[in-house]
Amino acid sequence: MTEYLIALATIVGIQVLLTLGLNFHYGITGLVNFGHVAFYALGAYASALLTLAGVPFLVAMGAGVGVAVLASLLLGTATLRLGEDYFAILTLGFSEFVRLLLLNARELTRGALGIPGIPRPWRGLGGVPDHIMYLGLVLIAVGVAFALCEVLARSPLGRTLRAIRDDEQAAMALGKDVLRFRLTSLGWGAGLAAVAGSLWAHYVTYVVPDQFTPEITFYTWMAMIIGGPGSTRGALWGTAILVAVLEGTRFAKDVMPMIDEPRLAALRQVAIGLGLILMTVYVRKLGGRSRPRVAPATVSG
Amino acid sequence: MPPFLAVEDLTKSFGGLRAVDRCSLEVREGTITGLIGPNGAGKTTLFNLLTGFHRPDGGRVRFRGDDITGLPAHKVFRRGICRTFQIPREFKDLSVLENLMVVAPDQAGERLWVPWLQPGRVRRDETRLRERAMVVLEQVGLARLAGEPAWTLSGGQKKLLELARTLMAEPALLMLDEPGAGVNPTQMKELTRYIQWLAAERGVTILLIEHDMDLVMAICNPVIVLSEGRPLAEGPPDIIRKDPRVLSAYLGARHA
Ligand SMILES: Nc1ncnc2c1ncn2[C@@H]1O[C@H](COP(=O)(O)OP(=O)(O)OP(=O)(O)O)[C@@H](O)[C@H]1O
Ligand SMILES: [Mg+2]
Repeated sequence: MTEYLIALATIVGIQVLLTLGLNFHYGITGLVNFGHVAFYALGAYASALLTLAGVPFLVAMGAGVGVAVLASLLLGTATLRLGEDYFAILTLGFSEFVRLLLLNARELTRGALGIPGIPRPWRGLGGVPDHIMYLGLVLIAVGVAFALCEVLARSPLGRTLRAIRDDEQAAMALGKDVLRFRLTSLGWGAGLAAVAGSLWAHYVTYVVPDQFTPEITFYTWMAMIIGGPGSTRGALWGTAILVAVLEGTRFAKDVMPMIDEPRLAALRQVAIGLGLILMTVYVRKLGGRSRPRVAPATVSG
Repeated sequence: MPPFLAVEDLTKSFGGLRAVDRCSLEVREGTITGLIGPNGAGKTTLFNLLTGFHRPDGGRVRFRGDDITGLPAHKVFRRGICRTFQIPREFKDLSVLENLMVVAPDQAGERLWVPWLQPGRVRRDETRLRERAMVVLEQVGLARLAGEPAWTLSGGQKKLLELARTLMAEPALLMLDEPGAGVNPTQMKELTRYIQWLAAERGVTILLIEHDMDLVMAICNPVIVLSEGRPLAEGPPDIIRKDPRVLSAYLGARHA
């Protein structure tokens, strides 16, 4: 059971990084990014391939971040001018493009066979059990990412991004280079997703394109919406609730032994959907809202 | 010396409709120039052309001698031109105070790494910026609402907020699209006085669109009348008021 909880905490931590990134994109900047999984996948694959080629873990992770950020900037430069709807569709398209690329660039990625044997860093260091060690690593990453996000959200940069989210035209009229700011936000969020991807690859030690379907993007959106877009803290507990709902329904078999497997799987989907709807509505009622009513105070003395 | 703002043959069509039609006019430095005309005359479209929100189909805009035709909005702002919108565009989930603080150009804390690496510098900048914003909020009478999210403001208050925001930029040319719309009579008097003060004491040149003739007649000189996308008449307010062409344009009669 402890093993299971540690695994769960590790997965929540990795997912939190994804949610923090998407929250920066959508919650703070208003970018409708439907292709978040692309940055996750790039981070995972780059980090996996490089470590297998003998590059140290942190360097490989850094390179993964670099690849994802670069991809996000290219994508943003090409698509952000086209308007919100196009951006949403094209990001989704981009994430599928990345997945198909990983599937077909067989010489590099082994395609559908995936890449096994990705080493976990610092295995057995100081005699600490492997999974606990790794949870510690994930928690450190989450802590640092959370602090950095929180500082940014309350900084003049965060304020300008929120202004652009609220009214792009007014921001332009008031001298803001909207494209440049959006690219900054896009790059930062993509970088966080790549860190998540790298941590995922070295945790499960095996990556395959099937792990990087739009479903990941969808769940990240759910986590962000539950926590309340624009709220850094919300990204934490929104993700925790999401994973709890997803995992909790796995135990349905124990409670309802009379229902057969396929039906149970279908029921599970229904329960997840329903649970998420109720959660979102209920959380809103409690005073959570899509955006904080009073924007967070700016950095003050 | 080149004219302060010179518009030459500016043209913009939407489909078959010529919203601005070979429009030429000048705004002299230091004036409060009124821009009036019936609904749909092309006043707002002209503003959009001047400030980089529409690309003109033809014609030129020169500001202090520089060609600024077709410059993107944020670069127009850099040249010292700031505008407000006919329908207020407040940053709705930002507080009133934050709406003003956003405006300061080139804030160090707007760069990604500065808030992390130089928090002290950001804090100092913010303190100074907040003080400056509070002064402006006092001036337009919104100080009381500084901490409120902007979406809670009334229509008239939002117009004042729009004005207040532009003042954080210290523009050379301030373009106001119906600043008095929805503002109550008491606030209107303050607004009038305030615009005059800006022009007289702060040296801001003002170009303002307004349907409230009392406001226009009280503070604008000259007044430019726009009709069907181009100037129909220009002159001091008491002359414009009596111009028969202006009257017929407003009454919808076709002018010769
Ligand atoms: N983005 C647009 N697309 C299509 N038509 C437009 C657009 N903007 C303005 N128009 C048209 O151009 C004409 C001029 O509009 P404009 O808003 O400039 O008038 P205005 O003088 O500001 O009027 P009002 O006093 O009512 O504000 C109108 O017929 C309007 O319908
Ligand atoms: Mg108008």
